[in-house]
Amino acid sequence: MGLFSTFDISGSAMTAQTVRMNLVASNLANVNSAASSVEGTYKSRQAVFKTIVNEFSNDPSVAKVAVDRIIESEEPLKAQYQPHHPNANEDGYVYMPNVNPIETMANMIDASRSYQTNVEVLNTTKQLLMRTINLGKS
Amino acid sequence: MAINFDSYLGGLDDALILRSRRSEILASNIANSDTPGYKAKDIDFKDAMSKAMGTRTEFKKDSLKMTTTNNSHIQMSQNTLSTDIMYRNPYQPSLDGNTVDAGIEKTEFSKNSIHYTANLRFLTGKFQSLTKAIKGQ
Repeated sequence: MGLFSTFDISGSAMTAQTVRMNLVASNLANVNSAASSVEGTYKSRQAVFKTIVNEFSNDPSVAKVAVDRIIESEEPLKAQYQPHHPNANEDGYVYMPNVNPIETMANMIDASRSYQTNVEVLNTTKQLLMRTINLGKS
Repeated sequence: MAINFDSYLGGLDDALILRSRRSEILASNIANSDTPGYKAKDIDFKDAMSKAMGTRTEFKKDSLKMTTTNNSHIQMSQNTLSTDIMYRNPYQPSLDGNTVDAGIEKTEFSKNSIHYTANLRFLTGKFQSLTKAIKGQ
């Protein structure tokens, strides 16, 4: 109903952006997680969002957002020759995650800006509702 | 003379509902600014408002009235406030098919909030005048 569903909409966006933020943190934390095989190496993860419309009211104006799936980057891994690394394979190579720190930082800033915008929307809506409650008073 | 709230408020109540509906739509756009394939939506406020006022005047000659058995029975207003949701024309659609321009949505949301607040002020003024008239002070 009216302004109240704005809380749900902005709230869902904040949850989705939080997931994105967590993935950024995971990617940055694992930037140096070397492993001995391609399969065992950490791969950069990204969240894919999707729009959710209420199936009961089927109202297209209330479009919430949720994380649809989390995909792993297909970019090739970097193989480094480090024979003394404890995780090195028999040829002396270790595989480094395909996390691009610059890209990840840009992603982080974007996620945090989106989060902030939704908080602002929520605050404005709250103020409007409080004023509506006081309607008729001086 | 009986006071009819519908005519006394002069569409301010409808405007308030439309404004809150528009804020809902704009909030959806902002929330979906990172969703692939999402198309930004909006309503034509002027069009919706004139429709709302139109149903109001049409209603007087409309046959869908509530039965009144006494002159002091109050007629219910039954405008449904239909709003046609339209897609915004994007200036720069992104590669993933998303047409939300954060700048436009944010400014429109702020404008809409200010209009909503102004609307509330006008309504408060209306009610205050009524109270004054009742009290006679």
